[in-house]
Amino acid sequence: MNSCEMILAGFGGQGILFAGKMLAYAAMLRNRHLSWLPSYGPEMRGGTANCHVIISDDPVGSPIILKPDIMVAMNRPSLDKFEDEVVPGGMIFVDSSLIDRRVKRTDVEAVYINATETADKAGRKTLANMVMLGAVIEKTGLFSTDEMKETIIKSIPAKKAALAAPNIEAVEMGAEYIRKNK
Amino acid sequence: MGEKVLMKGNEAIGEAAIRSGCRHFFGYPITPQTELSAYMAKKMPKIGGTFLQAESEVAAINMVYGAAAAGMRAMTSSSSPGISLKSEGISYIAAGDLPAVIVNIMRGGPGLGGIQPAQSDYFQATKGGGHGDYHLIVLAPNGVQELANLTADAFNITDKYRIPVMLLGDGTIGQMMEPVDFDDIPKPVRYEKPWAVTGTNNERSANCVKTLYLTPSELEDKVVERYNRYEIVKEELQRYEAHDTEDADIIISAYGITSRVAETAVKKLRAEGIKAGIIRPITLWPFPEKIYKQVHPKAFLAVEMSMGQMVEDIRLACECRVPVYFTGRTGGIIPTPDEIIAKVKEIAGEVCPNE
Repeated sequence: MNSCEMILAGFGGQGILFAGKMLAYAAMLRNRHLSWLPSYGPEMRGGTANCHVIISDDPVGSPIILKPDIMVAMNRPSLDKFEDEVVPGGMIFVDSSLIDRRVKRTDVEAVYINATETADKAGRKTLANMVMLGAVIEKTGLFSTDEMKETIIKSIPAKKAALAAPNIEAVEMGAEYIRKNK
Repeated sequence: MGEKVLMKGNEAIGEAAIRSGCRHFFGYPITPQTELSAYMAKKMPKIGGTFLQAESEVAAINMVYGAAAAGMRAMTSSSSPGISLKSEGISYIAAGDLPAVIVNIMRGGPGLGGIQPAQSDYFQATKGGGHGDYHLIVLAPNGVQELANLTADAFNITDKYRIPVMLLGDGTIGQMMEPVDFDDIPKPVRYEKPWAVTGTNNERSANCVKTLYLTPSELEDKVVERYNRYEIVKEELQRYEAHDTEDADIIISAYGITSRVAETAVKKLRAEGIKAGIIRPITLWPFPEKIYKQVHPKAFLAVEMSMGQMVEDIRLACECRVPVYFTGRTGGIIPTPDEIIAKVKEIAGEVCPNE
């Protein structure tokens, strides 16, 4: 059984849930089984947010992830909260623009990306989530950038079509970052 | 097969309801079901339907009472504390023999409780909930596609039997996204409603929907007639999913999101050579009691997000032939596969001591 369990976490407003939704959507377009489960609570912009995304060749059992294969941390509290939960041999993606510490675990692969800074420099400060998404798919091989490009175009409603291009650009920046820092 | 869309459970209920001919939705916001109201608020005006955010849950359920009496496919939704508020109106709708769909996306209780997922309204849903002798038909989906399918079923079932249907989900089912194909959902079945209060046009005698019967024998007749209908529903409508039950020493029973955690547990237990199986009730009322009489495990284990409510119906269904154990979490906590596995192993030690 080939399955991948991911937790994406950060501040509310960073687009964490949206990045997770793009992974789920991409899986759906490839006819794979999936689930997407958000945290919900009495929280607002600036509070914490996370989502659990499972992509699998078989029907998904419980959508709740206890031991993620992949963890994406876009703020320090998220890294602190989930670092110990990642399976040995798993991966932790860290937005090093926002998180001032390294991953302590030695039995996981830590991947550092200046996602927020990279997005900011390109004048796309709000798209750090998509830079991170680009890095995640490039590093893990879950989806190609072309597949993600197709996903973004298909998932964005017609009247917001203009938003596709900057999102795709940000995904490509993230993928490029991984290719350069191999 | 049509095109799959990625949707939250709450939104899928809304879309399925609209496709099933529901044009009257009366809501009042509460976490974790609010996306359903929001979806209806967006869609209903575009298709000539009615979305109304009432001033309270009590008002919303009485609007459903009115729309249902007029023969319309009507729905309301809420979460646990809101359902308690609606219970008076639900009792009236049941007493009026009216078709209606009520959605409860459960959260932790009692009182205001919490907002995280729970299954602690099982008793309320399956034993009546409001005052008086009555039942609702209760459907418990465990994924987004099934949520859409059962929403469509709910409208057909409630029209057929003239018994209100409750869709009983929890915060996880409401909030999660999965692919859903709306071409797969049951098609609306049209039932004549000669009893509906639609105006006589001076061509027939007036219809009357009422719940007050001051002559005891008249009220008794009404209730007994309804209970005769419940017997038909019990015969025709028991639904469940079961597997790995034939050789099972221990059969786990769970519904809704908990059944998916149990599925994961059963897979792991089987891999370890422990003979575990699963029965997942889909109708909670009528409870699928027939299947519990057909299987022969050494024990049953109910897993619920409550302190143990469905466990009582399992004991009744299997007529206490074998022990029925319980494990679960409450307050908004979802049990883990490991917790279930540990409980199954503990039970195995008691009921299969030589293995």
